[in-house]
Amino acid sequence: MREVAVVAFAQSRSLRREPDRNEVEILIPVIQELRKSAGLRTEDIDFICSGSSDYLAGQSFAFVSGLDAVGAWPPVSESHVEMDGAWALYEAWVKIQMGYADVAMVYGFGKPSMGDLPETLALQLDPYLLTPLWPDAISMAALQARLCLERGVVSERAMAEVAVRDRRNAKQNPFAQVTGDFEVEKLLAEPFLVSPLRKHDCSPISDGASAMIIAAGDRARKLAQRPAWIRGFAHICEPQDLGVRDLTRSRSTEIAAHQAGVGRDKVDVAEIYGPFTHQELLVERALGLGSRTQVNPSGGALAANPIMAAGLTRIGEAARRVWDGSADRAVAHATSGPCLQQNLVCVLEGE
Amino acid sequence: MAELCGVVGIGQTRHQAARKDVSMAGLVREAAERALEDAELTWKDIDAVVIGKAPDMFEGVMMPELFLVDALGGAYKPMLRVHTAGSVGGSTGIVAASLVQAGIHERVLTVAFEKQSESNAMWALSIAVPFSVAVVAGAGGYFAPLVRGYMRRSGAPDDTGIRVALKDRKNALRNPYAHLQIPDIDFDKIASSPMLWDPIRYLETCPSSDGACAMVMASEKLAERAPRRPAWIHATEMRSEPTMFSGRDQVMPRATLDNAKNLYKKARISNPRKEIDCAEIYVPFSWFEPMWMEGMLIAEKNQGWKMTYEGATAMGGDFPVNMSGGVLSSNPIGASGLLRFAEAAMQVRGQAGEHQVDGARKALGHAYGGGSQYFSTWIVSSDKP
Amino acid sequence: MSEPQSETVEILRCPVKLEYLYSAGQSASRFLRAIAQGKLLGQRCPVDGRVYFPTRGSCPQHGVLMSGEPVELPDTGTVVTYSINRVPSENIKLELPYAPIQVLLDGADTVLMHVLGECPIDQVHMGMRVKAVWKPKSEWTTSIGNILYFKPSGEPDAPFEKYKEHI
Repeated sequence: MREVAVVAFAQSRSLRREPDRNEVEILIPVIQELRKSAGLRTEDIDFICSGSSDYLAGQSFAFVSGLDAVGAWPPVSESHVEMDGAWALYEAWVKIQMGYADVAMVYGFGKPSMGDLPETLALQLDPYLLTPLWPDAISMAALQARLCLERGVVSERAMAEVAVRDRRNAKQNPFAQVTGDFEVEKLLAEPFLVSPLRKHDCSPISDGASAMIIAAGDRARKLAQRPAWIRGFAHICEPQDLGVRDLTRSRSTEIAAHQAGVGRDKVDVAEIYGPFTHQELLVERALGLGSRTQVNPSGGALAANPIMAAGLTRIGEAARRVWDGSADRAVAHATSGPCLQQNLVCVLEGE
Repeated sequence: MAELCGVVGIGQTRHQAARKDVSMAGLVREAAERALEDAELTWKDIDAVVIGKAPDMFEGVMMPELFLVDALGGAYKPMLRVHTAGSVGGSTGIVAASLVQAGIHERVLTVAFEKQSESNAMWALSIAVPFSVAVVAGAGGYFAPLVRGYMRRSGAPDDTGIRVALKDRKNALRNPYAHLQIPDIDFDKIASSPMLWDPIRYLETCPSSDGACAMVMASEKLAERAPRRPAWIHATEMRSEPTMFSGRDQVMPRATLDNAKNLYKKARISNPRKEIDCAEIYVPFSWFEPMWMEGMLIAEKNQGWKMTYEGATAMGGDFPVNMSGGVLSSNPIGASGLLRFAEAAMQVRGQAGEHQVDGARKALGHAYGGGSQYFSTWIVSSDKP
Repeated sequence: MSEPQSETVEILRCPVKLEYLYSAGQSASRFLRAIAQGKLLGQRCPVDGRVYFPTRGSCPQHGVLMSGEPVELPDTGTVVTYSINRVPSENIKLELPYAPIQVLLDGADTVLMHVLGECPIDQVHMGMRVKAVWKPKSEWTTSIGNILYFKPSGEPDAPFEKYKEHI
């Protein structure tokens, strides 16, 4: 296995709605900042991969315009996944592993404010049996939360505590959207949004983009003072149907965490993509984190959820903590599909 | 640094205007099961799944791989979904191969499909985005002016396109999976078919098909033990350029030329016309055959049409192209690229049946997409590199 | 007695309706507001000075934001390439057959996709000089559709060298 590290990361400020800028205009300053901080031009990059969703953008081939932000000239080697940028990162990492590339750039972007996100996500379901009922994403998550509460796997209080912690952490994050000091009791007194979920249990809707550069071996050492080495990288998908998997634990996260070697050593920081508070708790558990781990110093998805970039941003935020020395070992997680269907785990270490 | 990867199983569905007899799950499973059968493997033997398909609007399902994961035997395994427009089938094959070439997995199942009868492909391709004038009706409307540009530059005879279509449609008669099979096809039938987007006629155009293609790729050690001869992957390459910028050559984009140059360099091919025995090239509108012969550096600039005229690209010629009938005969958009890659692999494995090129040992698979801006290609061979 | 129903359910109609609020984006907005005033504004790439029309805010070749003063362009130009469309489509309301054209406006370095009108379909050719035909001023909105179509201007054809780079 080649040594590959995250050497640069940039993101846009997550906003509830970007009324003036389209996706390309949001991406351009992010990619420019990324290239400037790494000191790289397009010609220096061997492979580019992006993540986005056509249905999010309301257009076929939405990702094609994303390439405009890159300046793909001379022609570049690039690919795209209809998934969060975290999986685009995985594809790029594989390209480096096989020796096709030494330096790769990855980005993810989305403007979910353009449509009705919870409704749009109903299109991810079985089109013959489930979508015609239009179960929105919040209701699906609520079903799972109810199950978890009944089984005693989580409590409403624990969920509220996650929301309080994440949004308090987010105060230090200039890119986050929902930040501030909240009180558990006040939150628990709020009405349900979709029972048993309250507004604070749900991530916001965010328009945004993020981008990252990874490099192999000595290239990485030249590009970053303290490269964040990817020591483990795995992802697993569960069957989708809610009735055929255990919704009270994230089995795929457990498997991915094991394959990525999370438990081999201490974890200083974990950045978890939990679009709902109970899901963040399930993932924390599945990763086997101890009390010493600082979870979501960035605020996580509950503070900002730019779909298609949020997973990549977790990895970027984890890398930043390795770069600034606040973590020797960090774990980042990304999720996709209803109720934590698909999960990715990435382990980063300083040298 | 890259490990060797071999294709050990190939499967595809009978491509058809509408597969009303199967759901999406049934369609992908049909191709995947055939590939597993060909490799004499079961679902348990697969380490990872890579799916490719074109815009989700074609089926009206967002990220359909998520609900299809059990149908593909991907439950509790890693799964990736690739989408690079029309070239997606090719890119999907490349991503799947890279997992083996990087030494991460030993057996990868890759499937590319489209069940576009479930939605409306023409609509999905030209969704009316506000602020733009909708004048382009479908892909043909986009590419027709480019074809006209090629005709102008090369001075190719007007009926070059008809000759390509005739060849591909005759070839399709020897491919049991092909969608369009017209037994009494001849030059006049094509020439007199309705003109759709001048200069492209109806019978010079690809159909809209439901279909799927699957391959099983394995590491060197496991491929050597496979029941049938593997198709060894010698090289893969991808190139993209922006759709529109000042000075862009839309007819012969630099991306295709760079792609070809790098592909052949990696595969150690110095004379592609001589060293490659046959090719499956993404030709959705007949004129793209001569255009891509030049784009893939098989023919000299402005000379591609001569290969068609001389019969070089026909089954008996020195550089057969689209022995399967190509995209002109079957076009499940998301799968078409992978079909080109698979058909190339079938040739070097000697399993192309009635459309087999005798003694083919090295073949080229090619896909392109977007506004002629994404290119993905591979070279496969019966021999290890 | 009615026919026994088939056992298999073959087709299920599941209508999907999603609404999206599109943003043209800052650069396209400038362009559209100008066209609402009957002005055609191009923009220069800061790296090579080429004039893009219509503009998307960034130069796709260099990946940088367009900058500097916009360039006002005339509504005359040359047909660089064309097609003749005989296929109906749900989204397009033009009468068949019609000729989509790529027009190089005078002063621009990129082509505009539009449509030809007031011209027998068999006379369209590359190099043809054309002029825009606008909707009545009272009907102008923020849309390129303010130009109904381009018609032959009557000038002699542009020499091949002038537009050959765009074919």
